[in-house]
Amino acid sequence: MKPRLLEIRNLHASVDGREILHGVDLEVNAGEVHAIMGPNGSGKSTLAQVLAGHPAYTVTEGSVTFDGKDLLAMQPEQRARDGVFLAFQYPVAIRGITNAYFLRSAVNAVRKARGQEELGPLEFMETLEAKLKLIGWDDSYLSRPVNEGFSGGEKKRNEILQLAVLEPRLAILDETDSGLDIDALKTVAQTVDRLRRPDTATVLVTHYYRILTYVLPDYVHVLSGGRIVKSGTKDLALELERKGYDWLREEAAVG
Amino acid sequence: MTPVVDAKEQYVADFKAFVTNGARGAPSWLRDIRERAIARFAELGFPSMKQEEWRFTSVAPIAERSFALSHGRPALTNGDLEALSIAGTRAIRLVVVNGVFAPELSAAELPAGLRAASLRVALATDPDLARRHLTSYASFDASAFAALNTAFLSDGAFVHVPAGMEVERPIEIMFVTVPAPTAGASPMVTHPRGLVVLERGARASVVENYVALRDGVYWTNAVSEVAVGDGAQLEYVRVQRESRDAYQVATTYARQGRDSLLRLHVFALGGGLARHDVHSLLGGTGSELVLNGFYLLRGKQHSDHHTVIDHAEPHGTSHEFFNGIVGEQAHGVFSGRIIVRPGAQRTDSKLTNNNLLLSTEARADSLPQLEIYADDVKCTHGSTVGPLDETALFYLRSRGLSPETAAAMLTYGMAAEILARVNHEAIRGALERLVRGRLADRTRGGRRA
Repeated sequence: MKPRLLEIRNLHASVDGREILHGVDLEVNAGEVHAIMGPNGSGKSTLAQVLAGHPAYTVTEGSVTFDGKDLLAMQPEQRARDGVFLAFQYPVAIRGITNAYFLRSAVNAVRKARGQEELGPLEFMETLEAKLKLIGWDDSYLSRPVNEGFSGGEKKRNEILQLAVLEPRLAILDETDSGLDIDALKTVAQTVDRLRRPDTATVLVTHYYRILTYVLPDYVHVLSGGRIVKSGTKDLALELERKGYDWLREEAAVG
Repeated sequence: MTPVVDAKEQYVADFKAFVTNGARGAPSWLRDIRERAIARFAELGFPSMKQEEWRFTSVAPIAERSFALSHGRPALTNGDLEALSIAGTRAIRLVVVNGVFAPELSAAELPAGLRAASLRVALATDPDLARRHLTSYASFDASAFAALNTAFLSDGAFVHVPAGMEVERPIEIMFVTVPAPTAGASPMVTHPRGLVVLERGARASVVENYVALRDGVYWTNAVSEVAVGDGAQLEYVRVQRESRDAYQVATTYARQGRDSLLRLHVFALGGGLARHDVHSLLGGTGSELVLNGFYLLRGKQHSDHHTVIDHAEPHGTSHEFFNGIVGEQAHGVFSGRIIVRPGAQRTDSKLTNNNLLLSTEARADSLPQLEIYADDVKCTHGSTVGPLDETALFYLRSRGLSPETAAAMLTYGMAAEILARVNHEAIRGALERLVRGRLADRTRGGRRA
């Protein structure tokens, strides 16, 4: 039996006093890929942000356990150090701070928390080279300020570079596939797939089928109206691609 | 408080004493300029907040107090200056102490052809050269402070790079103030003057570094003139670290020739009340100006930058970036005006001012303004004022950084963005260390100018 990595029970969350998630349940085991699909406004991004600990969201009910620990009791930085990673839907630009400095600071914060020695600039550059190659970048991106002046696709690649560098145990990808052209999507998705390990899990938040052809999901869940209304295998994603989401809303309303 | 009018009259009276005493030996053309300057000062008087250019800055603390003209200078050693230098010992150093050039602290051996010396000496040894440039770029018509500086003009630093010469070593002008312990006596005012001229095709890096050897109340009323000839390239870094109890009012006047490049970076870190004006004239076709500024304020510091970039000729480029970090009860003011004259077609101009407020009591006012009288131009401007971005903080925390590290990184980024634009590597390195030190000092709650 694969060890349980993430367990979400009856999760309710609100922002600005408005409840977005109305009781989400989800279990993710090590080695698995889960896709969370659903129409716009269904709560997909809220779920991703809540798991990463965004302070704007309040959890009003339910629990989230990560590797046996109460995830909701942890600060965002503790979650990251423990191995939770969120690839942002809208990555933030950090003026004046180079990508290299930012990446090294993040890696060292995580290493320090794990009792590992921090990496100096040169050592870090050595570990970085192979990872840059994965996403098809040269090191010119390292001396640029974080996401500043990056195109939409470059920002998404930068998120995946961080994923590659930080090596989390749980990667949550929030619409990493949106805004990418076909070639970029292929590179990004193949990188995500290549970074999978038997002891890590991936949660893909998306409303397109395409990324799932590169990162094959073990389970597909449909989030609609703040609840998971249907779960299945990759075949469900195909069905959604064909039929859209409306039939599920009707089904949920009837049921 | 003493009424304003008395302070003005006192300077006029001081001037009369000055011309019969300290100013003897000056050439007659300079004496004429001084007379006109004091007359203009008397007409203008100190500005009030009713004037648009002074809307956010009250000079009452200067106008309502009496400052005495400094006389002579204390003896210093190189050791006193080491920690305060930006360009280090490799630089060609010029030192002005309390407004008076200090030859024993200044570079003795210069590359052949380069003049880097006392302004007072230059007036005597190179009268034609000095006359051609001095007061040619600085207009005191509209500025009481520039007028007062010009009225009391007697010494300062003079740099002249002849045509085609590339000065490899950076040139550092240190304007050092040693305030007298002022028990009962009037605090001191100095009127330092800088004149930096690059002739056609010359290249140089210059640092203008205002420092205080100790805390104290004094007033620095500075004017610098910078002329960049046709095809010349100058990187000019100005650092202001006056005492936290001091006042500084200063104007940098720059004029650029055809196809010239001026990279002007100003760093305002000190002073209780500091006002710096930059007037930059792109007076030749195809000239390029990069104007960067950074201010870091805390306590009750007040810093006001007013910049005017004047595109007078076609095909000019100006990129202006000012970032400010304003903490505690400090107040930062930025006013940036870009003028594109009729005929200055194909001007490419960009103006940005970002302010980071580190406390709810901190304040920043930002006024970017475009005045465009030509039709084929590309001009943009933008400004922001606000606290640390919550989304950016969360982004950094979600990568494992503590809230403190995340905040420090975002804050330093404001400075780093400006620092990265300084081309000269050694100077940039020194500035980075300086700014990092100041920011660390701030987070420790220190109080250093």
